[in-house]
This record gives sequence, C-alpha cells and structure tokens, in this order.
Amino acid sequence: MFLFIIFSLIAIVAAAGVILSRRPIYSALFLLVNFATLAALYIMLQAQFLAVVQVIVYGGAIVVLFLFVVMLLGGGELNARDDANPAGEDLRVRPAVRLRWPQITALGLAVLLLATVGYGLITGQLNPIQGDATTFGQGSVQAIGSVLYTDYLLPFELASVLLLVGMIGAVVLARPAE
Amino acid sequence: MVPTTYYLILSAVLFTLGALGVVLRRNVLIIFMSVEMMLNAVNLTFAALARHFLQLHGQIFVLMAMAVAAAEVAVGLAIVMAVVRHKDSTNVQDINLLKG
Repeated sequence: MFLFIIFSLIAIVAAAGVILSRRPIYSALFLLVNFATLAALYIMLQAQFLAVVQVIVYGGAIVVLFLFVVMLLGGGELNARDDANPAGEDLRVRPAVRLRWPQITALGLAVLLLATVGYGLITGQLNPIQGDATTFGQGSVQAIGSVLYTDYLLPFELASVLLLVGMIGAVVLARPAE
Repeated sequence: MVPTTYYLILSAVLFTLGALGVVLRRNVLIIFMSVEMMLNAVNLTFAALARHFLQLHGQIFVLMAMAVAAAEVAVGLAIVMAVVRHKDSTNVQDINLLKG
C-alpha cells in the first residue's frame, strides 16, 4: 500500500509536469518518468510481461521518437530564448544545470522512483508472486503466450499488419518533398 | 493487496491530466504527449481490472493498445514534422488552413 501511494504520487506529479512544462523537452522527460512509474505499477498488478513491454515500447521507442522530433523541431536547445530562459543567456558558458523548479522536480521524482523500486525489490513487496495461487503467474510470459497465440491469434496478426502499415506510412510521410 | 478502486482512481486522475494537457496546451508536441498519457491511463485501467477479475483479456487488450499507440506515434510524429516544417511553428493555432 505504501509502495502504491509513492508510485501514484510520482505518476501524478510527473503527469502534471508533462502538461505544465514550458519546454517540450522537459515534458518528454517527465513523460518518461510517468511511463517508468506505470511499469512499476504493472508489476504490482501481476502484469510482469506488460511492465517489461511498457518499458521497451513506451519508454524505449515512443519517448525516444518524441525526443527525436523535439530535437529536430528545435525544442531542445539549452540557450534558446523562450519562457524557460527569458534572458536568452548562453547556458554553455554559465552552468547548464540551473536548479529551477522543473529540474528540481524531475530530479526528486527520479531519485524517489529509483529508491522506491529498490526498496520494493529488496523487501520483497514488489514481488509479483503474491496473493493466492490463482493470481500466481497470471501475467507471466507463459500465460500471455498461451492466450495470445490461441484465442487472440487474429488480433495478434492484425497488430503486426498494423505496425507494418504504420511503418510504411511513416516512411512515406517523412520523405522530402520532391 | 491494494484495492482495485485505487488503481481506477489513479487512472482517472492521469486521464484527466492528459485531457487537460490536450485542451490547455498549444504546442502540438505536448498535446501529442498528453494523448499518449491518456492511452497509458486506459492501459492501467485494463490491467487493474484484469487483476480484479483474474482474466487475461485485459492484459491482451493492453498489448494491442500498446501496438496501436506505437504505430500511431510513428505516423503522427511524421505528420507533425511535415506540418511544422511547412508552417515553421509548433503552435496548433497556426494550423488554420481549413478555418472557415
């Protein structure tokens, strides 16, 4: 219960950071904290496979895509004259990490998340093997695989077709105009 | 064990924050991130109810939603990049060609 309260507080503060940040680069990093916290919550929900897929797909692909686009569209410069740096001062000369509120919040959330995950793993509270025998192994790879390839074979194949179509669409849309 | 209601409340709060981000922000990338946060909140609801009813259907749905979200982000970001490059602005209020 204590773990759940900490994780939910981190998730809510990170979500508030996403919608309140002045720069999209800060929002993307707060989003990463949000996704990592949700992965820890999935472990508490006996959804181990979902937790790992959340980290890999959301944290490792979608947030990386967001970061690429933010950097390409010019939202990631340190010394851009915008709301977060009104004076437009050159942050390569001055200390680049000024501890303003976004930085303090993000640092605190990240440290708290790591500490809570570590505490939960060491004391065994973040162990998915809890509850009665029915919930044991509910979200394991074997359980998901045995259902995904038998009952949900058609959605699985359609998801692969969807991903192929998405990839083709992204390549077509990102071609330079001729 | 944490009651399922608490997970549903947390998911509702995250969904509301995402919806607020979509409505209140003008940067197209932050709007997109808020949409992804809404999808994550719904995934949390599905996973919590899958544990509540002890059925795997919720988790399979989360997998499908993640696949859909990944494809949507790829195509959506390609569109966003094309539009922002053309308009030279990340403000959604500048994308008003269809305005009557």
